[in-house]
Amino acid sequence: MTVSRRVLLAAPGALLLSAPTRADQQRLAAALLDFTGGQPMREGRVRLDVSPLVENGNAVPISVMVETPMTTADHVRRIGVFNERNPQPNVITAQFGPRSGRAFLATHIRLATSQALVAAAEMNDGSFWSQRVEVIVTLAACIEG
Amino acid sequence: MARVLLRVPTMTEKGSVIEIRALIQHVMETGYRPNAEGVLQARDIIWRFTCRYDGEVVFNAAFSPAIAANPFIAFTIIATQSGPVSFTWEGDNGFTQTETRHITVT
Repeated sequence: MTVSRRVLLAAPGALLLSAPTRADQQRLAAALLDFTGGQPMREGRVRLDVSPLVENGNAVPISVMVETPMTTADHVRRIGVFNERNPQPNVITAQFGPRSGRAFLATHIRLATSQALVAAAEMNDGSFWSQRVEVIVTLAACIEG
Repeated sequence: MARVLLRVPTMTEKGSVIEIRALIQHVMETGYRPNAEGVLQARDIIWRFTCRYDGEVVFNAAFSPAIAANPFIAFTIIATQSGPVSFTWEGDNGFTQTETRHITVT
């Protein structure tokens, strides 16, 4: 079998630009549904900070901040971060309370490829908020042995 | 014992919000990577991090294989009273490690 040089040169570009499959989207939706337990989730209040262009997917700094005074009456119970195209949709789930002071979380994560990240927060009144961010990854994690 | 880097303020005012940064040396083997022979390497991750302070769990997080090697976590707590703050990491293959720091609240 012969593969033309043109096809080989085009291959990395195709990898970068390949759209998420329906299965990826469904898996992310299922993970979010598991987090919310079927409650409606709105965009807003959550800020997910991550560089839009990531050079190395092996350690990507992210931080999540939720707008809330973190009092007994109004605080975040849980923050979850989810991804679309890693082998598993979950990244991290953390529990908070009035003693947290701020609804803030930072960590370093792995990204297998360019994809969407979703940060979701559960408030103590049972409402859910989220933010979705698209990230482009030039060197992927998980591929090299 | 894995090496741990912890940044916890030693002295602070009562009621102030303090940021804690914790990093532990760990491979966080995902279970999705083949080794040199092409065989998948077994998963070996830390799956839980817990911070206890003033008689209560004040922060806890569940990690997945998507957390990078040498897992780093930063979060905040309210300084309520002087005492120990303990940090526990639990993982696969019976991994467990606890570190304690003392904070003085004035």
